[in-house]
Amino acid sequence: MANSVSKRGGLSGRLRRMTDTNLLMSITIIVFILMYLGAIIFLKSGFLKPQTLFNIMNANAALIILSCGMTLVMITGGIDISVGGVAGLVTMCCAVYLDYHGGNVFVSLLIALGIGLAFGLIQGYLVAYLEIQPFIVTLAGMFFARGMTTIVHTNPFNVQHEGFVKLKDTRIEIPFLGSVNKHGVFVPAYIEIGVVVALLIVAVLFIFLKWGKTGRSFYAVGGNRQSALMLGINVRRVTFLSHLLCGLLAGIGGFVYFMHVGSGSATHASGAEMNAIASSIIGGTMLTGGVGNIIGTLFGVMSLALIQTIVSSVGLDQAWWTGITIAGMLCLFLIVQSIIIARRKKTNTASAQR
Amino acid sequence: MTAKKAGNQDSFLSRLLHHQLLIPIAALLLLTIFNLIADPSFFQITMGHNSDGNPVLSGYLISIIDYGSELAILAIGMTLVTAASGGQDISVGAGIAIAGSVLLRVLCGTNSRPETLQTPVFVAFIVCCIVAMIFGAFNGALVAFFRIQPMVATLILFTAGRSIAAWINNNELPIISEKSFTYFGGYLPGIPIPTPFFIALLCFAITWAVLKFTNLGLYVQAVGINEKTSRLNGLNPELIKFSVYILLGLCVAVCGLIKVSRLSTINYSVIAKDIEMDAILAVALGGNALSGGKFNMGASILGAYVIQFLTTTLYKFNVQSDALSAYKAVVVILLVVLSAPVFRQKISALFRKLRTGSAAA
Repeated sequence: MANSVSKRGGLSGRLRRMTDTNLLMSITIIVFILMYLGAIIFLKSGFLKPQTLFNIMNANAALIILSCGMTLVMITGGIDISVGGVAGLVTMCCAVYLDYHGGNVFVSLLIALGIGLAFGLIQGYLVAYLEIQPFIVTLAGMFFARGMTTIVHTNPFNVQHEGFVKLKDTRIEIPFLGSVNKHGVFVPAYIEIGVVVALLIVAVLFIFLKWGKTGRSFYAVGGNRQSALMLGINVRRVTFLSHLLCGLLAGIGGFVYFMHVGSGSATHASGAEMNAIASSIIGGTMLTGGVGNIIGTLFGVMSLALIQTIVSSVGLDQAWWTGITIAGMLCLFLIVQSIIIARRKKTNTASAQR
Repeated sequence: MTAKKAGNQDSFLSRLLHHQLLIPIAALLLLTIFNLIADPSFFQITMGHNSDGNPVLSGYLISIIDYGSELAILAIGMTLVTAASGGQDISVGAGIAIAGSVLLRVLCGTNSRPETLQTPVFVAFIVCCIVAMIFGAFNGALVAFFRIQPMVATLILFTAGRSIAAWINNNELPIISEKSFTYFGGYLPGIPIPTPFFIALLCFAITWAVLKFTNLGLYVQAVGINEKTSRLNGLNPELIKFSVYILLGLCVAVCGLIKVSRLSTINYSVIAKDIEMDAILAVALGGNALSGGKFNMGASILGAYVIQFLTTTLYKFNVQSDALSAYKAVVVILLVVLSAPVFRQKISALFRKLRTGSAAA
């Protein structure tokens, strides 16, 4: 069968030989590049400046981290909708600790990691070892985190802690990139620390999923639990691990979000779980599990952020447009995925029968 | 002789323990006893007069049957959806916002502060039902025809819903000054019991009749238990799943009417907030499997009122409304852990070990 496909060659043959993961990821990357080119051509204002791209990254570094965790869980066939709530709880706890208890930045980072780990451990245990539906567990986790955030502190406030403010305002300048402003002064492009953290996490997770033994077993568990079990993979441990990592990444993401906004509020990162799921799906992660790629997720987040930037720069800047565009894009990609996979399954079975 | 007696006792006990109504009734009893001990004035009902001079009953119990009613109506639809598709619809809160927004838009026309109603309430309600059912159909189509997991499919409306609701009314907050509109969420003149309770009773009666005289309940359970088998038996699983979501849309529209009528206006970001959690909780508390299959409608409805009982109790002890969700999340986790098959096996294995241990001793 493989012979007949390769003999026919051509584009369609190459497409068919591509794995689902690579196909869905390439669609996302192509869509992102096309959108950016379109934005440069039709809305010249500023999209040519490198800083526009970096600003999108600065604002979405936390979302990239959250989406990476979400992708891990979704590859194993689960879902975690508590990430937004956990991130919100982390910002509030860190803010209260820094401002009202005079703590230092390093300990607040430990708090963030601790909260993330705790959520990951409990949810992972409930999902993997008690076999409760991940959606129910993490829905409860989300509501718990949101409720706890208000219990910790009710009103939003800005953090004045010196060391933290210094950390927050740290800018990493990119050499040779930048733009000349109205006064003819060259302004170098910059990124925040969060972006470096996010890109580092993306790189590590990419290597982990691509070449790590445990990483490969994530795909095996998501693709078919029964076969994974027969191959001798500890399915429960892998499921547990995915939720644990997702919780940990939610903690890190919460801290990065905190570094970006520099305040504590009960409404922080609200709806982030939705954006993370949407980014993962747009990046080519299948809801049914077994298919997905971290690089795709990175481009998923960027596409989502880019379309929001485009929507607001076109002039549709009322608050409701953001929700509607994200939902519309998610819906579109979900349906495209469902159709592509159904068609591929059909052609695969047809060629297998031949 | 003794062995036979013990066996009988065992079967009675196990039958009692496995009855579906056990959990909601036990929870209700627990809450009642807790309130009796903490503060017996919880059960006080007083007769008073509202601003129109109508006689009204007031008290915590009345507020439970008042605010629990819309939850119970939602629980009807949610039970069917859970049973048929093995997942829950988390867009009901956003759906209520859309339904309420449409209702106000039709009632007010273009002017957001009308002196009189532009259209009869009945017509507006029909329009609102149709819109809510269209959104239900959207969810249903994603779940039934595109085979997307129910919770992820409804996540789309969960985020977009409140934005759409705000967009329908151009982000204005219409206020209705007409008195008769408040009857649906308040009190009918001369009747001291809140109207939502009567609306809920009407819904229960219709649901009971539908389940009793049609095959809907049977079909829904068949699809939920095994989709392939039900197809081989000549059912159309896609159509049944699809129609169940439309029915939930209808329930959402009724809730929207009650919610909007309570305030005569709408607040898009707050209306029916977290109600999806309560509705899922009601279904779970009723002992229905959240993974689909068999269901017991009465248990879900009772579960809804028990949830409202819990909410009211928490409110009475001055828990902030934003913090409520944390407490409820703990209850949900406890419930699902208790009803998880793995957990039950472990517990029964533990009991068996204890019994054999004591027998050996």
